[in-house]
Amino acid sequence: MTSNAIIRTDPGEPIIEVVDLGRDFVLSEGPFLRRTRRTVTAVRDLTFTVRPGEIVGCLGPNGAGKSSTMKMLTGILTPTSGRARVAGMEPARQRTRLAREIGVVFGQRTTLWWDLPLRDSLALTRHLYRVPGRAHAERLAELTELLELGPFLDTPVRQLSLGQRMRGDITAALLHAPRLLVLDEPTIGLDVVSKSTIRDFLLRTNSERGTTILITTHDLGDVERLCERVMVIDHGRLVFDGALPRLRAAVPTPRMLVVDLASASGEIEVTGARTVRVEGPRQWLELRDNPARVIAEVTREHEVVDLTLREPDIEAVVSSLYRGADPVEEAGSR
Amino acid sequence: MADTHRRIVPGDEPGEGDGGARLAVTKLLRPFLDYRRLAWLWVRAAAQYPLSLALMSLAVTTGVLTQVGAVVIVFGHAGTLAGFTVYEGLLVFALASSAFGIADMFAGSVERLGHHVRTGSFDAMLIRPVSPLVQVAADEFSPRRLGKVVPALVVLGIALVNVDVEWSYLKMALLALTMLSGVLICSAIWVISACVQFFVAGAREAANSLTYGGQALTEYPIAIYGEEIVRSVTYVVPLAFVSWQPALLVLDRPDPLGMPEYLRHTGPAVAVLLCACAALVWRTGLRHYRSTGS
Amino acid sequence: MRVHFAVYARGLRRHSTYRAATVAGVLTNSVFGAINAMVLLAVFAARPRINGYDATDAVTQVFVGQMLITVTMIISIAPSLDLAERIRTGEIASDLLRPVSLQGWWLAQDLGRATFGLVFRGLPTFLVGVVLFDVVIPDGVGRSLVFLASVFLAALIGFALRYLYSLCGFWMLDSRGVWAINGLVGPVIAGMLLPLALFPPTIGDMLRLLPWACMVQIPAEILLGKDDLPGGGALGGLALQGLWAAVLLGAGTYLTSVATRRAVIQGG
Repeated sequence: MTSNAIIRTDPGEPIIEVVDLGRDFVLSEGPFLRRTRRTVTAVRDLTFTVRPGEIVGCLGPNGAGKSSTMKMLTGILTPTSGRARVAGMEPARQRTRLAREIGVVFGQRTTLWWDLPLRDSLALTRHLYRVPGRAHAERLAELTELLELGPFLDTPVRQLSLGQRMRGDITAALLHAPRLLVLDEPTIGLDVVSKSTIRDFLLRTNSERGTTILITTHDLGDVERLCERVMVIDHGRLVFDGALPRLRAAVPTPRMLVVDLASASGEIEVTGARTVRVEGPRQWLELRDNPARVIAEVTREHEVVDLTLREPDIEAVVSSLYRGADPVEEAGSR
Repeated sequence: MADTHRRIVPGDEPGEGDGGARLAVTKLLRPFLDYRRLAWLWVRAAAQYPLSLALMSLAVTTGVLTQVGAVVIVFGHAGTLAGFTVYEGLLVFALASSAFGIADMFAGSVERLGHHVRTGSFDAMLIRPVSPLVQVAADEFSPRRLGKVVPALVVLGIALVNVDVEWSYLKMALLALTMLSGVLICSAIWVISACVQFFVAGAREAANSLTYGGQALTEYPIAIYGEEIVRSVTYVVPLAFVSWQPALLVLDRPDPLGMPEYLRHTGPAVAVLLCACAALVWRTGLRHYRSTGS
Repeated sequence: MRVHFAVYARGLRRHSTYRAATVAGVLTNSVFGAINAMVLLAVFAARPRINGYDATDAVTQVFVGQMLITVTMIISIAPSLDLAERIRTGEIASDLLRPVSLQGWWLAQDLGRATFGLVFRGLPTFLVGVVLFDVVIPDGVGRSLVFLASVFLAALIGFALRYLYSLCGFWMLDSRGVWAINGLVGPVIAGMLLPLALFPPTIGDMLRLLPWACMVQIPAEILLGKDDLPGGGALGGLALQGLWAAVLLGAGTYLTSVATRRAVIQGG
């Protein structure tokens, strides 16, 4: 399904350009002396391009190769094959220079100083990234306002809630005004309000500053709210790359018609749909045909109280995509 | 860090017109400036637990003093060891523990490398524009380590006053230089032994046999260990240049094992060489880490 | 009792997975033992007999000390009982729900760890000492059993002390300072750095009565068959160890109840 990869010919250099990127790991197993070695491919033949200003969601099951890909894009991990260019640099070779152009947030791990006020960690970031004093002050003021950091800027990080800490981490990653923001599970474990604050903020940063955002997540709310483009990685391969609506279209996940009848009755039989569930007077029909025609037929044949048409949720789409993916021999991640 | 505002903001890089020299100097100093920033933050973090900090400093100081007591007891029983009297023995001890203490203070944290790799915090260091070595070394920098350095230096002072030495400015300068070399040698050993953790998980304790073991070894005149050991800590793992050769230099004494006398002047060269080695090993380790992801 | 045995087995199994660390540990303990032994050999070369100790006695004691490191964890400068971390993070609350006493549960687990440490780290280290140096090994089954009993009591004392350090976490924000003092001062007053026989007699005799000496000096003297042990012989030494084990474990039980009552009240 890699044919779905969008190759656009917009002007301007892409911020991420990946061609045939691959990563193998050699695993040693078994007891000492009788150890066997085995090569495992975590990422293979990955090719995609991200233009400046895009928000791209990276989906896939755990161990699919997402994190290896992110590590290669940030320069932490050297690729085994293929090449990557991020912000005009080769991540593996120019890691330190690249670090100034990108911001990275690990959702499950904070880079803030546990025992010190948030303000101190942010001040350190300024020095490590060598942000001039005035630029830093302006940026900090802006981020403080947008992410509502004011009330807890002087609170030791260990006393912050998870949501506050994540806002602090995002601020730390953005203080040096990176062109690319890489977020790894940024909303994991957060409450609804924190999630929405962070999502709104990311959208705003993207639209106002043109920051490109690459986000890996299991939270489909993140994807639906943020990402105009989705990449699905499974077994180390890019199995889908395109706009969210196209993801739905790409996978034959049927829409569902929920019918409330006046009274409980036998399964509705209608051409172009199949009844999959019956619960008293309510029946679920999996649509295989034009909904309008099916609805017309159902209402003609039965006494219908209410009707709802449900779009397949993304979760179902993505998981059916994983199931549909070709099994790759010897694939998987560490 | 009251002088924050006075210092040149590192971000204000010298312009094109400033010439390459200043740029080169700034670049060279950068790791040290970064180290200072990180260390200072850790000091402030440690200061959040004053009782613990005080107790730990006290513990470290008491630890050094009990070791001094042990040296005194040992020389008290033996009279002399390898021809060294008790004050000369204390000189050796103080040279070793101040060099290791200072190296431990600035670079000792590298032994936690395996921990950073396991927890993933090493990856977080790699996405910052600062050398990961600087970040690992500055990690959990704590003023409690002064609890070791200060008493060691005091003992050094006491020993120097009580040994029979004809002082000259040249000798003082040489002593300072050999001590600096000792610190560099210890730091390099610390880094090299930590790098093993890039390759073998759970090997932290093996590194201790080189670092803390090296310290224990150099606390006494090493001639007592016999010729083979002295040779190997001279030519293989140059621990002899931490306390033994500097002591021979200060005391102006022929080598009891008849090893060449010029050795005592080669400390700085050995230090530079070993630091270069450490840098190479670190680079190799880092490359291995980034190419295996383990 | 079945619970305790299961916990003991778990402690034993858990440590058996750290193979590289075990090998590294044997290496480190052997290196330290060898350095320490060579210094003492130099001392005894100058003066063959000091307060009833000769070179072989001193070197044997060095390797007894190295052997017992993983049994008693006497050199821990940082918390070496997970209990300390659980108290700090508050996870201790769930431990208190178990139907067994807190101290008993942790003791069982720690004895599992100590057993593994003795067999796979302590004994190999001691063997290195036997190969490299002139070291006394127990002659006969009787002496071996008495020595083993002494090692067991040392393990109890080592645990009891560390349990008490961990409990400090209930009263202090951070118990690292207590551990640091333990790890840096403990080994010296236990006779690990130098046999207490080399200390000035008044100091040495005083230190010999403290629990730390029960983790190195007393077991070493029992192995060496010294007759100047407190009480005059091996049985006297065991009695002293037993007394300290009882006192410290008793203190642990008492302070656990005080601390948990406090914790319950705090938790509301």
